[in-house]
Amino acid sequence: MKEEFNIISNLIEENTRVLDVGCGNGDLMKFLQKNKTKDIRGLEISKEKVQNCLSKGLTVIEGNAERDLKQFPKSSFDYVILSQTLQAFLNPELVINELLKVGKKVIVTIPNFGYWRVRLQLLFKGTMPVTENLPHEWYNTPNLHMCTIKDFYNFCSTKNIKIYKSIALKKSRISEINKSNLNYKNLDSHLGIFLIES
Amino acid sequence: MNKNIGSKKIIISNPLKLDCGKEINNFPIAYETYGELNSEKSNAILVFHALTGDQYVSGKNPITNKDGWWSYVVGENKPIDTSKFFVICANVIGGCMGSYGPSTINESTGKQIGTDFPIITINDMVNAQYELIKYLEIEKLFAVVGGSMGGMQVLQFVANFPNKAKLAIPIACTSSHSAQNIAFNELGRQAIMADSKWENGFYSNYKLNPDKGLAVARMAAHITYLSEKGLQEKFGRKLQDRDSLRYGFEADFQIESYLRYQGSVFVDRFDANSYLYITRAMDYFDLSKQYKGNLSDAFKKSKTKFFVISFTSDWLYPTSENREIVIALNSIGTDVGFVEIESDKGHDSFLLDVPSFLKTLGDYINSTYKIINERRI
Repeated sequence: MKEEFNIISNLIEENTRVLDVGCGNGDLMKFLQKNKTKDIRGLEISKEKVQNCLSKGLTVIEGNAERDLKQFPKSSFDYVILSQTLQAFLNPELVINELLKVGKKVIVTIPNFGYWRVRLQLLFKGTMPVTENLPHEWYNTPNLHMCTIKDFYNFCSTKNIKIYKSIALKKSRISEINKSNLNYKNLDSHLGIFLIES
Repeated sequence: MNKNIGSKKIIISNPLKLDCGKEINNFPIAYETYGELNSEKSNAILVFHALTGDQYVSGKNPITNKDGWWSYVVGENKPIDTSKFFVICANVIGGCMGSYGPSTINESTGKQIGTDFPIITINDMVNAQYELIKYLEIEKLFAVVGGSMGGMQVLQFVANFPNKAKLAIPIACTSSHSAQNIAFNELGRQAIMADSKWENGFYSNYKLNPDKGLAVARMAAHITYLSEKGLQEKFGRKLQDRDSLRYGFEADFQIESYLRYQGSVFVDRFDANSYLYITRAMDYFDLSKQYKGNLSDAFKKSKTKFFVISFTSDWLYPTSENREIVIALNSIGTDVGFVEIESDKGHDSFLLDVPSFLKTLGDYINSTYKIINERRI
């Protein structure tokens, strides 16, 4: 988690306006508030988590990204962050489009379903993968649309979404993703982090 | 009827032009304060009361001898901690607890003003209370807070005085009174006016009181403050002090007895004309209309931080209406937080012991106070 926060923080310029979509208990918000910018908001679907955030004095709105991102004006944030949440939406494409409208730049992080540990489970055990990063069973997972780093990379090029920066994370090892190492990074990383723009 | 035992009071000499066109001056505002104003005058919180509330937010209400109406929220070690904050609450104009209202005695006639009192609005109430803040010489309030009609006053206050408060917390309210809200208020008013003792509002001249009508108004309104589930769980079809139905129109059911009790205690503390005037003020409230249909424009000049709260079972001021306020604020980039609190207690949730509400509100106020003070240093 800490590594991901550091990478996200490094992608953000100081004193900019940031929206964290699916902000959970506000850990990333707190981290960015301390390190980057005071001007940070959150959107979260769980009442309990929203209450936790508000209790810490964080500005968070209870809401659903698929429905409630519309209320923010176009380009009203310098950065919109979606950390490990894209796979949980009914319609991830719609959410990405909304994020790109609201934010001048968007940071999306993706638990990589192409990671070799994940692939091996399905290949050898023949069961849906359960890993440290994807701890749920098939019957109780909130993840409806799992994808791989490669899937997201291809999605961006098909939809003409500009990728500013793409970073692969394996444990605490950070590396850049590019066209030539895409297949390898897709196999060897547990998390992908993308800085994109429409 | 105009009771204000022990309450602080000031006379506003500045003329106040009302929305109805009339002008008032030299009128009283009764208020209460709790806690101490600090030397920087940075810890003041103005609380606005709801329709039947008064200035007695916390402690014992000297009129009813019961706890103040927001005792769960305001007091020592409560969410709004009076050992830390200086809390101010004024009786609204139109009210009957010492501020200028229909039961105020007209000095030239020696009689109550009655329905010669001008129609007032939420805007007028807020403008009158602004005079109190000026009198107390508070340059900037830390927060303005209120539920229901108190929440409407919060919204109007920020619209009228964009930089007078650092934080605004409207709770369980709306920016525009809905048809359903108006309908229920009209029902209450008609109950009062149908009472033969109302005498067109001049009942005090005849030493009368339309208490039957006012009690019915209160009973009807009280239902709207609860939820179906809450009523069912608390009362169900339980009988009142009897084992079987009596086949008559006495209060067989506990819910009937409860409503009758609520009606009867209400008439002892509230003036029927005040009920008419204040419900009218609520019905006339339409903040977006004041800004040509664009609610966001009401807050455009303000840097005030907002925290909007609604309750799941509140069908009088439902979450959707509270959300409209959030949407309007978001569309102009205001720093706004929002949560819908889970509760079966209906609209009244904001007045009751709802732990997740009290905790979130208290923590939010305290951490925001801390953050704002740290930034200043």
